[in-house]
Amino acid sequence: MSVVFERTKLLTDKTFHYCPGCNHGIIHRLVAESIEELEKEGVIEEGKVIGVAPVGCSVFAYDYFNCDMYEAAHGRAPAVATGAKRVVGKDTLVFTYQGDGDLASIGTAEIVHAAHRGEHICTIFVNNAIYGMTGGQMAPTTLVGQKTTTSPKGRDEAWCGAPIRVAEMLSTIPGAYYIERCAVNNNANIMKTKKAIKKAFTYQMQGKGFCLIEVLSTCPTNWGLSPIEAMKWLEENMIPYYPLGVKKDKEAE
Amino acid sequence: MAKTLMKGSEAIAEAAIRAGARYFFGYPITPQTEIPEYMSARMFDPDVNGCFLQAESEVAAINMIYGAAGTGARAITSSSSPGISLKQEGISYCAGAMLPCVILNVMRGGPGLGNIQASQGDYFQAVKGGGNGDYHLLTYAPSSVQEAVDIMMFAYDKAEQYRIPVLFIADGIIAQMMEPVEMPEMVDFKIDPEKKPWACTGWKPGDDPEKRGVINSIYIDTESLSEHNAVLQAMYAEVTKNEQMWENYNCEGAEYIITAFGTVARIAKSAIDQLKAEGINVGLVRPITVWPFPYKAVADAVNADGVKAVLDVELNEGQMIEDVKIAVNGAKPIDFFGHCGSQMPTTDEIVAKIKSMKEGK
Repeated sequence: MSVVFERTKLLTDKTFHYCPGCNHGIIHRLVAESIEELEKEGVIEEGKVIGVAPVGCSVFAYDYFNCDMYEAAHGRAPAVATGAKRVVGKDTLVFTYQGDGDLASIGTAEIVHAAHRGEHICTIFVNNAIYGMTGGQMAPTTLVGQKTTTSPKGRDEAWCGAPIRVAEMLSTIPGAYYIERCAVNNNANIMKTKKAIKKAFTYQMQGKGFCLIEVLSTCPTNWGLSPIEAMKWLEENMIPYYPLGVKKDKEAE
Repeated sequence: MAKTLMKGSEAIAEAAIRAGARYFFGYPITPQTEIPEYMSARMFDPDVNGCFLQAESEVAAINMIYGAAGTGARAITSSSSPGISLKQEGISYCAGAMLPCVILNVMRGGPGLGNIQASQGDYFQAVKGGGNGDYHLLTYAPSSVQEAVDIMMFAYDKAEQYRIPVLFIADGIIAQMMEPVEMPEMVDFKIDPEKKPWACTGWKPGDDPEKRGVINSIYIDTESLSEHNAVLQAMYAEVTKNEQMWENYNCEGAEYIITAFGTVARIAKSAIDQLKAEGINVGLVRPITVWPFPYKAVADAVNADGVKAVLDVELNEGQMIEDVKIAVNGAKPIDFFGHCGSQMPTTDEIVAKIKSMKEGK
């Protein structure tokens, strides 16, 4: 019998704590598989990987990614990654893995300035339009009308603004090298997400500059939907507001 | 070795480099901006070959320290009081993750924006808390440029020995004045993964699981957080046992004991000399580590025969005096003299205060 499939070595065998239907599992696997494949392709040297995950649902990512890992303060992962990258240099892949409550709210200064400096790090930005870990509060990315525990009547644009489009915003910063928005709602988009992650990691190893992959993701628990309904909600509500695609790629310009 | 006249901030920055610091992250704020300015040039000299990066905020700077220190490098940040307040979140994380690093606070007047003159108003913040949780920083309060330089030369060794962040609290005078300094030789520091198995120095599946770098301060269940805090407290007990530093000045046969730290202690010494010439014998106990506080050293000096009372002098409204009270534990009366608003207590004021105590006022 030959082995036809096995779990990527870049994930530990620790059981995920994520809720049923949550997309973090898919995205973790895409990140880990991308690293392993790039190691096999000789783009990344084995054992030269540092991940940084701040406060949020992925706060325990250090238990799941099988490499050197940091747990960072809420929103501060790009600063922590900056400090690490400035020491370890071009031969080590440094990535952050951040949610939308983290990156698009408390961590806006850190992500904007990491992009502004053209910091040689990659950010995997998981956008599910809500605060997951604290139990479903309104995020800067929450859609207008979307009900959360702190917008019980639905997000009111007149009161608290319209949701922020992080990928588009960061793509206006001269220091950003490659920015793409993806989703993991179907197989085709999952494959596109993995391709984008591998491209971002490859750019970093080539010394190109700051890369961010925004991944639209579901939160069935806090959206109050079944996993399948959540995927449908993402397609019908999030993708129209957060259009998928490459927002910036200096390589292609 | 010849002494050179150097500004405090630049001497401290140079000493940090000579002690092996190669990563500086900071943000401009008076009265310590000369430190990042110095670092921004010196770090790129061929004999240093380090990294200076101006962060977008103090919040980011301390988190860059967290990132750099987590790889095992010797990293440093500096700021002044309001900026140090912004760093408290990251300092607590560094303490929780047991990251060796050095943080400089050139204290200015507060609260809030306060002013840009010298102050000792951050004593409480430095030794009684600052950030959240049960932690301490090995905290030095130098009273001269040379002392700051000398302490810097072993600060990283202590930080790495115990895995504790080191904090310097220097009032603005120390950073701004020029003094003759003897600058030590450059140490040869390299990141050694064997000495820092906890650091992110490169790990792959199949390597010793104990050596995977996991820089972390979250322990979600009650048992593991209790265990982690027990490790921290055991370490703090060791630091308390081994690392207390203080200076006694003219304590032999003293009638009064002054307690003071930093620049104020130097003024107190001048007052003591003046009083001695007038036949009044006064001693000084100057804590050099303010955490761990040298409780026994203060108690020993105060409990000596002939000591009538204690005078605590500070450039604030009375903060270290709380530790002095713990040390003295009611054995002798304790009086206080201090200023806020960054008006430095003068020799004459301290002399007058001791005389009024002697007169029973």
